[in-house]
Amino acid sequence: MSLNTVKESDLHAYVDGALPEADREAITRFLAEHPDEAQRVRDYQMQKQAIADLFSATLDEPIPETLRSLASPPRASDAMDRPRERPSFLPRGSLQRIAASVLIAFLGGIAGWVAHGQYPPAERLSVAVPLPRQAAIAHAVYSPDVRRPVEVSGEQEEQLVTWLSKRIGTPVKPPKLGKLGYELVGGRLLPGNIGPVAQFMYQDGSGQRLTLFVSTENTANRETAFRFAREGTVNVFYWIDGKFGYALSGTLEKGELARLATAVYEQIEGIDRQPR
Amino acid sequence: MDSDAILAEIPRLRRYARALLGHRAAADDLVQDTLERAWSRIGQWRPGTDLRAWLFSIMHNLHVDQVRRSTPPTCPVDEANDDLQTRPTQTDGLELNDLESALRQLPDEQREVVLLVALEGMSYSDIATMLGIPSGTVMSRLARGRERLRQVMAGLAETPASRLRVVK
Repeated sequence: MSLNTVKESDLHAYVDGALPEADREAITRFLAEHPDEAQRVRDYQMQKQAIADLFSATLDEPIPETLRSLASPPRASDAMDRPRERPSFLPRGSLQRIAASVLIAFLGGIAGWVAHGQYPPAERLSVAVPLPRQAAIAHAVYSPDVRRPVEVSGEQEEQLVTWLSKRIGTPVKPPKLGKLGYELVGGRLLPGNIGPVAQFMYQDGSGQRLTLFVSTENTANRETAFRFAREGTVNVFYWIDGKFGYALSGTLEKGELARLATAVYEQIEGIDRQPR
Repeated sequence: MDSDAILAEIPRLRRYARALLGHRAAADDLVQDTLERAWSRIGQWRPGTDLRAWLFSIMHNLHVDQVRRSTPPTCPVDEANDDLQTRPTQTDGLELNDLESALRQLPDEQREVVLLVALEGMSYSDIATMLGIPSGTVMSRLARGRERLRQVMAGLAETPASRLRVVK
């Protein structure tokens, strides 16, 4: 190698110890006569060492279990079991997977909520959705429905009573409010806090609707007098009698609703007083 | 294939990925992808050949795929003129090691070669084979990368803005 033909690549090969001995000596002589190039080569050598030093600690880090397990042939199911989070891009279908995981988390939350409501029973009323709110939501959901407000129509009252009584596990019977201007539209089964509850719907001549929500989920074993609650535009009168919780909901004025609730209460208590 | 042999390569794969990507989590993701692909193509590995070089080339290809997917198509500027590249700004505001932030300012192709030489001590011809490029290209990328790194570290590198001022 002539000193006049030293190329840039020779200097790097010199830094990396990739030159034959003779060439190496030639470069050493060249650098002795060219201090600027010599400084540059020293910079490259230091830079190379600094890079090695900077990342050497990674070699001593414990290998994450995810990677360690991949030193062995992966089982076919592993790829399915291990959804990956990709920071830089979203692979096809990832939105569906995210949606699914949100749904799973949500359902898990509900399951936890319900399970928490069951154990211990003494705390249940405080953590479960309160009766008047359940009733008001059910009222708001179903009472505006023109075509299918109920599952079983009031014209088949006997079937309705048999079915709902069987499903909620105790005899229930819709009170008669005809004298007060409200006829039974029908009823439906709803999910309560821990199981099925029943809803009866009534309607007057103007289309005004009432719903009576009947729950058998009360385990606090207490009775309450009439109570009033307002959930949005829905007024609710409710009371608890043993394991039963009753709630009469409607958007009508409070005094009118109280009158109807009293009638319902009297009929139900009357039913209760009858020998079984 | 011997699982112990693969296990022994994981620290080096992690180190290179960490240096290449700059982020620990992204680096381990890349290593994981590399190992998964290696197993899915285990039939292509010929016993007796260099396992490390094979794994590194898989990692390189995955990295190129990921970069290509996550950025709009661009003209390669490496061989022509790397003045066009702009400084990455995603680490602005972070107090990074000077050298590490200087590495981030290299184009991917140059950083790869600089790191493979410095960390793995790979020969130029092995790198050329691994990256699928001519040896001369390896040399030019190494020379450009090292010189740019040196200038950045010395505070000599001009920013794109100052270049624009010169043009004016």
